[in-house]
Amino acid sequence: MAGDLMRAAVLAALLPGAAAAAEAPVYWGVQVERLEGRFGDGEALAWDGDAFVGTDALKLSLRSEAELEDGGFETLENQLRLQTPVSTFFDAVAGLRLDTPEGAPDRLHAVVGLHGLAPQWFEIDADLFLSDHPSARFEAEYEALITNRVILVPSVEIDLPLADDRALDLGGFAPKVEIGARLGYDLVDRAIAPYVGVHYERLVGESAVRTRRAGEDAEAVFAVVGVRLMF
Amino acid sequence: MPGLPFRGAAFAAALLLAAGAGDAQEIRLSVTETVIDTGGFRKTALGYDGRSPGPVLRFREGEEAVIHVTNTLDETTSIHWHGFILPYDQDGVPGHGFDGIAPGETFTYRFPMRQAGTYWYHSHSGAQEADGAYGAIIVEPKDPEPFEYDREHVILLNDAHPHAASRILRNLKMSPDYYNRQQRTLADLIADARAQGLGAALKDRADWGEMRMMPTDIEDVQGYAPLINGMSPAQNWTGSFTPGERVRLRIVNGSSMSFFDVRVPGLTMTVVQADGNDVKPVEVDEFRIGVGETYDVIVTPTEDRAYSVLAESVARTAMARASLVPREGMTPEPPPALREPPRLTMADMGMAHGDHSGHGGMGGMAASDGTPPPFDPFYAFGSGLTPVAWNGGRFLSYADLEAETPLYPFRAPDREIVVRLTGNMERYLWSLDDVKFEDSEPMRLRLGERVRITFVNETMMTHPMHIHGLWSLLDNGSGSGMPAKHVVAVAPGATASIEVEVDEPGMWLLHCHLAYHMKAGMMRRIVVEDGPVQAGGMAPAGHAGHGGMRHGG
Repeated sequence: MAGDLMRAAVLAALLPGAAAAAEAPVYWGVQVERLEGRFGDGEALAWDGDAFVGTDALKLSLRSEAELEDGGFETLENQLRLQTPVSTFFDAVAGLRLDTPEGAPDRLHAVVGLHGLAPQWFEIDADLFLSDHPSARFEAEYEALITNRVILVPSVEIDLPLADDRALDLGGFAPKVEIGARLGYDLVDRAIAPYVGVHYERLVGESAVRTRRAGEDAEAVFAVVGVRLMF
Repeated sequence: MPGLPFRGAAFAAALLLAAGAGDAQEIRLSVTETVIDTGGFRKTALGYDGRSPGPVLRFREGEEAVIHVTNTLDETTSIHWHGFILPYDQDGVPGHGFDGIAPGETFTYRFPMRQAGTYWYHSHSGAQEADGAYGAIIVEPKDPEPFEYDREHVILLNDAHPHAASRILRNLKMSPDYYNRQQRTLADLIADARAQGLGAALKDRADWGEMRMMPTDIEDVQGYAPLINGMSPAQNWTGSFTPGERVRLRIVNGSSMSFFDVRVPGLTMTVVQADGNDVKPVEVDEFRIGVGETYDVIVTPTEDRAYSVLAESVARTAMARASLVPREGMTPEPPPALREPPRLTMADMGMAHGDHSGHGGMGGMAASDGTPPPFDPFYAFGSGLTPVAWNGGRFLSYADLEAETPLYPFRAPDREIVVRLTGNMERYLWSLDDVKFEDSEPMRLRLGERVRITFVNETMMTHPMHIHGLWSLLDNGSGSGMPAKHVVAVAPGATASIEVEVDEPGMWLLHCHLAYHMKAGMMRRIVVEDGPVQAGGMAPAGHAGHGGMRHGG
């Protein structure tokens, strides 16, 4: 049902480009980069994944990222994005992001960004979130093949508030940094790959100061156990 | 397979349906669901008359083929007669004067057999061919062939995958290296650092990483069970011979994605036909067969022992095996280990462009021990894919193929069309001249002209380029003896030219025969228009008729 709607939306968006030798094939896919338990400075369940439907020229994707702690969503972020190629290796992205964490105000942002593969095989996401509480985010990930099935994935993410967001205890240009390393094994094709790893995050500058003042930690490190899914 | 050692003979016998009385050979074929069981996996598949591959169809040159095809599937199907010269509305491409065969419907194909040799048939709808809808065709010649043999076997190669074709394409679109389990690892880095020094090993990785390409990207899809006549190496398809007999092997590569290097250890193979047409005999120890190609070779096993027919995929991920035995119950020794997989070089990345067939290109790289690289003019100079025979002997090159009797008089082409083979591996986009089929305009040819088509491969994959309904005369330096082919494999970074006598009106296709490259858009419609004939062209009047006037034999 939702798939049909998305397919219809994508096809409608493509109609002006019709009148070709054949209809552009529509593909879909689901990739859950992370679905993991985090253990260390607290315990949490976290996920980060996306589902897409569309053609080579235009895709609609739903991206979801969340951290569930003590039965409540510490963060819950959903994005609906349109994605179109702008260079050999990069797509431009535009869409909406809705944050609905528990115990903090909701936020709705417009998203513009780039998603693609940089030289030396770094998978890059660079997004700008525009609203009354603007921010920028940069994510990079690398797949290091220990063997053809044992894969180490180091990653880094920097979330940079571009203005103060007092309700969330964030200071302008005082980022949150996440660094991870996950060692996975491709158990079933590339569809199911369990992994273990470490996840470290810390707030910097004013964001750290405000968070500490609110009685929370500005730094945390976790051991993670999870699974990467693709289907 | 106890009890079925001579399955090949049973196969052939079962398929000799109603031998042609008179001028027409009438055959009935059902397109059906079936099961492919390789021993390693079972999957629901498509086939003909309840099996995959379908029956071997036999015709005689000069008769009319009348083939009633009944579709028992719940989706539309079609059969394309691969390599055949026929009226375009009998070619089996939906949209080309033919609507496809709807579920429950029977369609009757009718065309004159104007050629002889080894061919094959397969669905041209969706990805049905990759799901098992394929089979071999033998057309007996009207006149004696210029070679003799005592016995023949069809060796129909295929790559059966546990995943359905639609899933494979979706996975490739999501993650183009989904099936590549030959990528360079930490262990390779350590080995390379030991051999070349850490600096050189890292520099090499940086060079490839800069391009975002992989030297291991030779087969997009791995994980195949390599089949011969539908049987895996363990199932061991077996054909018979009497020592001293000349055995003709009709070898067809009906794979969706895999090129194979074929050998019969202990025997020299004499290549007598390529893509159904007689060539001056060439003795080789091994040859490479691209997807869609056929080669007929003659071997003469003299010893009272079992021989193996081995077909090793080019990236060395799989080896098909069949046996030739003088007596029931014999089995050859187990297949040998796969050879070291080749690696693409910077020459394959197109550094040798702009120089025909790669002669004297600048991109070549000698092996690190200083030995000169193997040479074949149809590979970029210094290519990592240039084949080397398993025993250090002779490996067939396209340059060795010379038509026994040219199908057409030799003449200068009227014009040249350059077709760039293009793609983007990271997005799994495949195209011609950077335009996918869905966005393309047809290539327009004029009836009666001779067109030179030059393929410039700008990608890192080998593309088996197939033209429907018109012969591809391969420019391989044999002048008037240009061999007539229906598939010409163009290696990465290489350029190859064919000449086409445009003598059949209608709509045809030009496409890469790798199933997922074609599906991704590496295809063009060809429209042959009744245009004015160029100087030196053949008389077009009345040439649209389908009388058997070709195959000069």
